[in-house]
Amino acid sequence: MDLHLLAAEPIAEERDAIDRFLGSAAGGWTGGERTSTDHHTASGGHEARDQRYLLLPALRALQARIGWISEGGLNYICERLTIPPADAYGVATFYALLSTTPRPPRVVHVCDDIACRTRGADRLCDELEKSAGQDGWLRSPCLGLCDQAPAAFLTEAGPEPVELLFGGATAASITSVLKGDYAPAKQPHPVLPQKGSQELRLLRRIGVVDPSSFDDYRAHDGYEALAKAALLGPDGVRKEITDARLAGRGGAAFPTGRKWDAVSLQPERERYVIANADESEPGTFKDRVLMEGDPFALVEAMTIAGYATGAERGFIYLRGEYPLARERLQHAIDEARRNGVLGESVHGLGVRFDIELRVGAGAYICGEETAIFNSIEGYRGEPRNKPPFPVEAGLFGKPTVVNNVETLINVLEVLHLGGARYAETGSGISTGPRLFCLSGSVQRPGVYEVAHGTSLRDLIALAGGVAGGRELRAVLLGGAAGGFIRPDEIDMPLTFEATRAAGSTLGSGVVMLFDDQVNLVDILRRIAAFFRDESCGQCVPCRVGTVRQEEALHRILAGKPIGGVATERALLEEIGLAMKDASICGLGQTAYGAVETAMKRLGLFEEASAS
Amino acid sequence: MTALIPIEPLRKSVEISVDSRPVSVPEGSTILDACRRADIEVPTLCYLDTLHPVNVCRVCVVEVEGSRVLVPSCSRKVEPGMVVKTDSERVRHSRKMVLEFLASSVDLSTTPEVAEWLADYAADPERYGPPAPPSAAGERDSHGPGHHHAVEPGFRATVAQPVKLDNDLYIRDYGKCILCYKCVEACGKDAQNTFALTVAGRGFDARISTEFAVLLPDSACVYCGNCIGECPTGAWMFKTEFDRRAAGTWDESAQEVTTTICPYCGVGCSLELHVQDNEIVKVTSPLDHSITSGHLCIKGRFGWKFVQNRGPVRQSEGVDRG
Amino acid sequence: MFGAGGGTTSYREVEETDVIFLWGANARENHPIFFHHVLKALHRGAKLFAVDPRRTVSAQWADDWLGLHVGTDIALAHAMARVIIHAGLANEDFIRRATSGYEEYRQEVEQFTLDVAERITGVPAEVIERAALTYARAGRAVICWTLGITEHHNGTDNVFALINLSLLTGHIGRYGSGLSPLRGQNNVQGGGDMGAIPNRLVGFQDWTTDPSVRQRFETAWNTTLKPEYGKNLSEMFEAMDHGEIHAVYAIGENPARSEADQGRAERLIRGLDHLVVQDIFLTQTAELATVVLPASASWCEAEGTVTNSERRVQRVRKALEPPFDARDDMWIIAEIAQRLGYHWGHPTAEETWNELRTLAPIFAGMSYRRLDNEGGLHWPCHDENHPGELFLHSRLWAEPRGGPPAPFHAVKHEMPVEMPDDEYPFQLTTGRRLDSYNTGVQSGGYTSPLRRGESVDMSPEDVARLGFTDGERVRISSRRGSVEAPIRIDRNLRPGLVFMTFHFQDDVRTNLLTIDATDPKSGTAEFKACAVRIDPLGAAVTASIA
Repeated sequence: MDLHLLAAEPIAEERDAIDRFLGSAAGGWTGGERTSTDHHTASGGHEARDQRYLLLPALRALQARIGWISEGGLNYICERLTIPPADAYGVATFYALLSTTPRPPRVVHVCDDIACRTRGADRLCDELEKSAGQDGWLRSPCLGLCDQAPAAFLTEAGPEPVELLFGGATAASITSVLKGDYAPAKQPHPVLPQKGSQELRLLRRIGVVDPSSFDDYRAHDGYEALAKAALLGPDGVRKEITDARLAGRGGAAFPTGRKWDAVSLQPERERYVIANADESEPGTFKDRVLMEGDPFALVEAMTIAGYATGAERGFIYLRGEYPLARERLQHAIDEARRNGVLGESVHGLGVRFDIELRVGAGAYICGEETAIFNSIEGYRGEPRNKPPFPVEAGLFGKPTVVNNVETLINVLEVLHLGGARYAETGSGISTGPRLFCLSGSVQRPGVYEVAHGTSLRDLIALAGGVAGGRELRAVLLGGAAGGFIRPDEIDMPLTFEATRAAGSTLGSGVVMLFDDQVNLVDILRRIAAFFRDESCGQCVPCRVGTVRQEEALHRILAGKPIGGVATERALLEEIGLAMKDASICGLGQTAYGAVETAMKRLGLFEEASAS
Repeated sequence: MTALIPIEPLRKSVEISVDSRPVSVPEGSTILDACRRADIEVPTLCYLDTLHPVNVCRVCVVEVEGSRVLVPSCSRKVEPGMVVKTDSERVRHSRKMVLEFLASSVDLSTTPEVAEWLADYAADPERYGPPAPPSAAGERDSHGPGHHHAVEPGFRATVAQPVKLDNDLYIRDYGKCILCYKCVEACGKDAQNTFALTVAGRGFDARISTEFAVLLPDSACVYCGNCIGECPTGAWMFKTEFDRRAAGTWDESAQEVTTTICPYCGVGCSLELHVQDNEIVKVTSPLDHSITSGHLCIKGRFGWKFVQNRGPVRQSEGVDRG
Repeated sequence: MFGAGGGTTSYREVEETDVIFLWGANARENHPIFFHHVLKALHRGAKLFAVDPRRTVSAQWADDWLGLHVGTDIALAHAMARVIIHAGLANEDFIRRATSGYEEYRQEVEQFTLDVAERITGVPAEVIERAALTYARAGRAVICWTLGITEHHNGTDNVFALINLSLLTGHIGRYGSGLSPLRGQNNVQGGGDMGAIPNRLVGFQDWTTDPSVRQRFETAWNTTLKPEYGKNLSEMFEAMDHGEIHAVYAIGENPARSEADQGRAERLIRGLDHLVVQDIFLTQTAELATVVLPASASWCEAEGTVTNSERRVQRVRKALEPPFDARDDMWIIAEIAQRLGYHWGHPTAEETWNELRTLAPIFAGMSYRRLDNEGGLHWPCHDENHPGELFLHSRLWAEPRGGPPAPFHAVKHEMPVEMPDDEYPFQLTTGRRLDSYNTGVQSGGYTSPLRRGESVDMSPEDVARLGFTDGERVRISSRRGSVEAPIRIDRNLRPGLVFMTFHFQDDVRTNLLTIDATDPKSGTAEFKACAVRIDPLGAAVTASIA
């Protein structure tokens, strides 16, 4: 196409960063040396434009090498991939981990989100501002390391880029990391609280197997499910999944069997499987634990999903803040290929299936199942309108299965036990085991596996109760997109049905405790700020509604309500209802959930409005 | 002989109910089509017949029985037996809020019809506090994603900012932008395919931009003016209109619109000449014309001045030597 | 084509075709809204091939750009034909039923092997082969061209070479398959339609060969028509040169700037006894006139019709009062007739049109009412109930075939008349830019942010080799004249090829350089190829300049 590039040239390092990712340029028309053949022929058509899906990884490669996306660097990517610069700029400015203005090579993203806030993250940031100033670090939304709060994420650009996600952060440790001493950032992630327990199913290999060893995975039942799948055939696998009544663990609880059936019934043969590993819901870190500790399990489960639905290509869409998971997953994919269980002909299944690991760059919205498609395809990660649904027209417009990581790990368990036996645990659609992420004011934060139907009280007890024996003020269930419940409601059994009936949700398995010392209005304002920051900006109710919601909470917090707290409370309700009812996607539709439940269940702003 | 022209297959008709009235529309129609057929007024801002519906403004939402949330009527296709409500409490509430959200953050003074809608839905944009001071020129263009720029508590954030004046043909007044995506679509895949424009940034900081927010003359812009043609709010405006408005000589009631054919190449594009006081003040093209679909190029949109220039012809007059 | 002077397809078909060739056509810049229809096809998955010496903005959209040497179109087309024939993809059945002259054609193209074609055109053999096979295998395919094909000394042969490809594959006369010459001006097609050509009356009717036509017009106009053709523009200049023409009445034409070898053109115009210019501008030609008749702008100050590149007749309407004493062209002509003793009165545009409908069957069904209501109509449109024809020549597929067979033309490949040599080592080719138009009298009226004035565009290699810099003013000289212009580096040009427009003739008279090597069949000059040299300013000009 007729690209109009800016006058800026890439520097050698920028060119090298892109060439390392894409290979050398083929000729003068795509950024390389001009040859005499270029004088007489060129290809700028479909093939050239079809490289668009390489945009995000190319931008990431540039960011990782240089520390920001310059005009020259962006130009070179656009020339290589035949992408209009404005389009690429629109994509680059969508992701918080990419910068289109100069940034120092070393940046620490310090989590000041709700879980870390209960562990002093806000104080930490204040201290940092005093000791380190504004340079070299940024406040960050939840980094998915809530069990080790406060968390931080280091990125260092260069020929050998460094990315480290670390917990237990202090102003002192961050200051030393900013000075180049990475020792505090290299502490190993702690072991699973339930490690080694015989009752564990989904987590049973975590901390037990060597996550880098294909053989060790095999030695711990690895690829047994795939062997069973081969015996069952695609239809048989889908039947087991349906019989298991396996519901999606990402938040929507959609029946996995129905999703797989819908894709396998499509006339279109080109189909995709996507593992949604963009775990960004504040308070959620179970998928990280699974991927860091048992990466082969995800690869095996996706292979089975591909086999059962007739897809030959899969993508893992991993959030950008999980460097260890990325490293281990990539290694697992490479090892699986090397061992013939991934690639041209999957051993035992005789079909083609391969997986590409895609890494996000700091955008919560990309966990929305249709935003994932846009992000992978190289567009802004804006959700699409539904219908059409992903099972009809998903990635590249083709039928697509999108499953959460935990859902896929359950597939192995379903095949291991058989669908019917799997469904014996739990009831209704709440079958099988379930992972919960305990964080906040809890004694032993971490990922816990329990059977569906366990009460919240028992789960909290399993994690040692409220930290320091303090009094429980509220529990945030399901994440920032979920809602609060009161301490007197914790006998609620943890099932989709029971939580739904109580007007709450399991969401992504977040169980965040708040004790009586937490400023809940401040937590609410942080949640509102999170949605304001993470709204893609596409639809008016969410783009402006999240701002107006945050402004109202800010006014209340600052003691400057317009027309009194009761008026603000009513305004919040009106804003919330419109966001819930008229937004395009789940982000806007749930952005009021925490505020609503805080007001309606916890009675926040009631005393004030009575006065 | 007339033969061999593929005829579109006859579309079945679909029966639905809109506000308790039966409506029959061809398969593949949208709810909006059905509402229009039933003479039920549905406000729209981001919708245009010639563009792919992005359904982002949400002012056209309606209630569909069985749907958990409201649905955008501009893009949702009808299904047999669908029961649609366009005037329920839920619908009215969301429309009111959308209008309030827009009016409280964007200058809608040149958006047709919106004042009536604000009144109809009893929207009160002032209840969000006084507007924060406008951003400085270029300030909003530099907002990175994921870190919002909070205004002082008590004030409401807006997109107010100075007008961008960087060429003689049109102006950009982003303080009037509701982010309907029409200009991006018209500049991009839906028409011109120049892709000089994008939505940059995220959330409330999202804005229409060129790459690195460079001036239009440094961008890929080819001045087809299709962005102006589609803009519903006057955020993109002919310089001629902008200047006349500034001078107080813009008078739509005194304008006549005549459709003719472009005097340049042989494609045969329909031009609508908007004439005030025997002067062309702007040029558009009919949306329903099958040659242009409302889109023009720089010559058709702006190349008409020669009929108004008085005096000798110099080709170099128009040379921008900058 | 085959007796009808218009493109065979419609824009709508271009949107729905599978393969598009833009051959010597830079539609992205010169027919931007037509290119929108091409883009719709591309987004549907259609393949685009662009044949052009420059990698134009149109060519940049192509799946394959075939960057041939200037003037080697016939060799390329013949080589494609040979590939198609040897691959067994010639549409034998169609050829047998609907065409003539195939055998001679087959023999002519046989010599153009891929090797030979690559040597002549510079285009890699595999690209030529891919283009040929893709075209032949397509369900539907359209070839579009403009002046890159016609502005050659053998422009008509070039057109025949493309028509041959459509006949060979049967990509003609069917929905979505055909030939589309894109018209450069808003009423070039209409001018031909109305008989403003030397060899046809309105509606492409030949009064010299068809007595019924002659009789119809003689009766209607109450006059006697000489059964002989008039002269085309080049022939008129020849006749001026030979002293056969002494007086010229030019309506809406600026030959003092638009003709090739401008020095000669201007000399001949100055040599006329009497020159009448009727124009909306006081053009450079008008400045030389004995009498100037100021006319109103037909597209916005008068009523009437124009015809576009897809044969669609559309209405132009009066939106403005013309300035000063400028008058409608029809009014002026009628007044002149009056002075000459013919009392035509002053019919309205519609009355004139209605008379024409009675004389030209292809417009008979196009009432103003229908033109207004239906957004224009494609000719032929025989009666008020006829919807007009989207595409022409379905008769070739009829059983039995309607009308005469469509002939192949075994045209010969010939290089441009003037090729670069040691003295004039660069090949100059000319064209337009997006925001400007022809000699600039219209487009010069508005300020374009894109406009940079005239330049000589050169490849980065040539600029570096000659030690020039971007923007440096240089002297460009041909055997006929010499001009100065700044250099603009353009990597879409290859070494040896330079490009100029003719939009800024007051500043840079590009047509002093171009060659008046004219196609005898069409009267069009070879604006697309002449030899020039480029020297730094101040350097001694060694070449002899006429």
